[in-house]
Amino acid sequence: MSRHPHPGDPAFLRGLIQPRMRGPLTGRRDVLRLFGAAGAGLALAACGVQGQGGKDKVSQSDVQKFWAGKAKNGTLNWANWPGYMEEDRATIKAFTQATGIKVDYKEVIQENAEWFGKIEAPLRAGQSIDFDLMVMSNGIQLEKARQLGYLAPLDHSKLPNFAKNAGPSYKNPSYDPGNAFTIPYTSGVTGIAYNTKYVKEEITSISALWDSQYKGKIGMMADSQELGNFGMFAVGVDPEKSTPADWQKAADKLREQRSLVRKYYTQDYADAISKGDVWITMAWSGDVYSLGLDDVKFVVPQEGGTIWTDNMCIPKTAANPVDALTLMDWLYDPRANATLTEYINYITPVPAAQEIIKQDAAQAKGAEKAELERLAASSLVFPTQQDMARLRRYRTLTQDEESEYQKVFNPISQGS
Amino acid sequence: MRRRLTPYLMILPAGLWLVVFFAVPLIMMASLSLQQGNLVDGFQQTFHWQNYTEGLSTYGDKVVRSLWYGLLGTVACIVIAYPVAYWIAFHAGDRKSTYLFLLLLPFFVSFILRTVSWKFVLADNGIVLGTLKGWGLLPEGFHVLQTSFAVIAGLAYNFLPFMVLPIYVALERIDYRVIEAAKDLYAGRVQAFVRVVLPLSLPGVFAGVIMTFVPISADYVNAAILGGPQNTMIGNVIQTEYFNNSNYPTASALSFTLMAILLVGIFLYARVLGTKDVLEAAGR
Amino acid sequence: MTTTTAPAAAKAPARRRVPRKGLGLRIYTWAVIAWLVLPIAVMILFGFNDTSSKFNFEWEGFTLKWYAQLFDREDLTTALINSITIALASTVITTVLGTLVGLALGRYSFRGKGVSNLVLFAAISSPELVMGASLLSMFVTLNTPRGYATILVSHVMFSIAFVAMTVRARAVGLDPSIEEAARDLGAGPWTTFRLVTLPLIMPGVISGALLAFALSIDDFIITNFTSGSTVTFPLWVWGSTRTGTPPQVNVMGTLLFAAGVLIAVLNMVASRRRARRG
Repeated sequence: MSRHPHPGDPAFLRGLIQPRMRGPLTGRRDVLRLFGAAGAGLALAACGVQGQGGKDKVSQSDVQKFWAGKAKNGTLNWANWPGYMEEDRATIKAFTQATGIKVDYKEVIQENAEWFGKIEAPLRAGQSIDFDLMVMSNGIQLEKARQLGYLAPLDHSKLPNFAKNAGPSYKNPSYDPGNAFTIPYTSGVTGIAYNTKYVKEEITSISALWDSQYKGKIGMMADSQELGNFGMFAVGVDPEKSTPADWQKAADKLREQRSLVRKYYTQDYADAISKGDVWITMAWSGDVYSLGLDDVKFVVPQEGGTIWTDNMCIPKTAANPVDALTLMDWLYDPRANATLTEYINYITPVPAAQEIIKQDAAQAKGAEKAELERLAASSLVFPTQQDMARLRRYRTLTQDEESEYQKVFNPISQGS
Repeated sequence: MRRRLTPYLMILPAGLWLVVFFAVPLIMMASLSLQQGNLVDGFQQTFHWQNYTEGLSTYGDKVVRSLWYGLLGTVACIVIAYPVAYWIAFHAGDRKSTYLFLLLLPFFVSFILRTVSWKFVLADNGIVLGTLKGWGLLPEGFHVLQTSFAVIAGLAYNFLPFMVLPIYVALERIDYRVIEAAKDLYAGRVQAFVRVVLPLSLPGVFAGVIMTFVPISADYVNAAILGGPQNTMIGNVIQTEYFNNSNYPTASALSFTLMAILLVGIFLYARVLGTKDVLEAAGR
Repeated sequence: MTTTTAPAAAKAPARRRVPRKGLGLRIYTWAVIAWLVLPIAVMILFGFNDTSSKFNFEWEGFTLKWYAQLFDREDLTTALINSITIALASTVITTVLGTLVGLALGRYSFRGKGVSNLVLFAAISSPELVMGASLLSMFVTLNTPRGYATILVSHVMFSIAFVAMTVRARAVGLDPSIEEAARDLGAGPWTTFRLVTLPLIMPGVISGALLAFALSIDDFIITNFTSGSTVTFPLWVWGSTRTGTPPQVNVMGTLLFAAGVLIAVLNMVASRRRARRG
């Protein structure tokens, strides 16, 4: 609509009305001629869209080839998710002070699928996406980016901190064997958040999201993997081991729920639950923690929750890959990582950070001390073995499986 | 000879621009809508008509809903706009342009921002509903956002001026003496309106319908910001298929279907109405 | 707007006898205006909200700090600058191309005029969604990276027809004898155009240019399809609906609103003067 006029000028309006009513539409021959021209053009359009697949294996020579002749430039453009950095960007400032690399930091990613849609075309054409470092979740889009050869192979000789300090479960993950293209930024849990002002019971089961007394006040996520996982939990299936038949069952279960659902959210569920537009919703652990609202509680349902990892990776067209790699490794320094974790409240891949946070807490005073102690003891940030046992990982999908998976779950958030 | 070439030379640059960035893309989209494949292996032209049949069997109801919302939004616009245009044309005296200007004020705020502002105004505990709930006039769970009412109201809000102005222009052109003549011939107020004013203003209404129905039916911003899962319009589906799922063939097929329905609709509508004597007279 | 007042004045004697009735309709009109203005008022108001949370939602007192910190969010500022420069560039290109078409259609009769009119009609009445989707299809097929250039190109595309229509409406009303007189007095075609035709169609060209600017700076749907990773103001606002819209957006909206109203009022006053003189 915005393309429509400021129709303030009646001369313009008359201009518009007159031809409509009398002028161009009376000429049938004109219409035919136009279609004729269009038909001729169809011949031109018989070409397809090129594929780019088959580059997900890297050898040592690929790594050398990519990094040969690349040097530190002193600047870095970083694309990240909202809430993944202190408001005052303290971590970045510390990094700049330590390394002299200036960082242009933007919180431009709100959904993996949408982000991938944005960067897909330039990367396909081998053009810059204006970012040297980006953070993507382990999931369908990261897998695609890897297969399409859009990511720079990491030079692990430049990642000593990662080798030394990363927790064992963050090394060599199934979605990126050998950390060939990615290393974790942080991990988090998808569970249920609810507002105790309106929800008077203690929520423990995922079935609360199907409870008709909360009709119109239930939020779900639009992301097909997040949504699908919760559908599978609800029908008692472990998403990681699910079969296409399970997906169908889960989809049916999710359709049952649809008339109760207020909206299928991306990042905006946080806005909705803090305003009271929804009372109970699927949520990411760290978001809820950093909303800092006393009324909003987060639980991992007894049927299960998902644990995911957001990963740092370098697009193959990055202008400053060395600077990006420097930052990636620097964040694995326990001191640097502790500062970041104290703010973003997600699960850090650097276990040693917990000790530092405890030390920080010992030195801090008053409210800050309490906050840091809460953090160091929080099972959301440092999950216990018992919590971990309830958490499930995303299923890795092959290209064919992915098409089928998308066909099953995508239409649900569209209301079909 | 040169004189005869002049108009063609004047049209050439804009014409080329429209061919390259308007006509050719439509053809490319038509081609893409028949291809098959995925992002990794690429898409090949296989004249896969199932993109249309499968797309429509999954999302056909969204197409219908979009047209339905388009209809409701357009009717809402007519109902709201006609009395306003009538009053300004016949009763606003010297202040006509001031009133028209007031009606245009929303256009000085970005379309997205206007809609976001409505979301804010209508929030469950926002300035309107929150206040009413505070007074106990509404139950706690009552909400307007994510209902079809919110979406249609938002659409009507955003497109209202396109309806007011054409109707106003048509009414304003009516010579009041025609109405007086009708009254002299013993027509009552209602009769004078129905037999004289209304027919003379219809071209404005018809123009307004074209200017509102098409953009309303193809909108996805209002449904995305103000609507919920029961209000998804075809525009939302197309957008998601392009951006989130990179399912270009299905997205293209759906866009093409939408365009075909709307364009055929407009052309039929304009042809049917365009030949009437009334319109010929009023169009002058 | 001014052209509507001129004929009204001419018909004044007949009009004055119109009964000053319609109180009900007057109230109705004001109610509609209030409805139209409500979200704008709220937008302006919450640009002054001294909010402390991430979400600008509850009224927490009056402040001017968001005006002082207007450009604190770098990416938002970049988006605004992108919007303005794209709108300016698009306006210049569109006005030149569109004026030529408008003149050709208004002043000449030639074979293919019908098709040209039809193309303009199609360009105006095609849904934005379809235009955006088809441009994206083309860029995907041709492997064109999307960004600033593709946004600009698409804005020119959808504005041309509007400028052409506006200029044509003005050109159709011109008296051909004026141009003939100029030629009889020995003026060449270029001189005639520059000194006679162009000044006569100028009001149409100016409204067309303003229209093109307004269309471009406000466009969301087509831009969303052709933008790639370049962000304009409407796109930024759209993105921010997910994470909480900061008060700076309200402030920028308020300032753009004020500037737009000011330009419109000035334009109105200027053309009223022109009408009085002419």
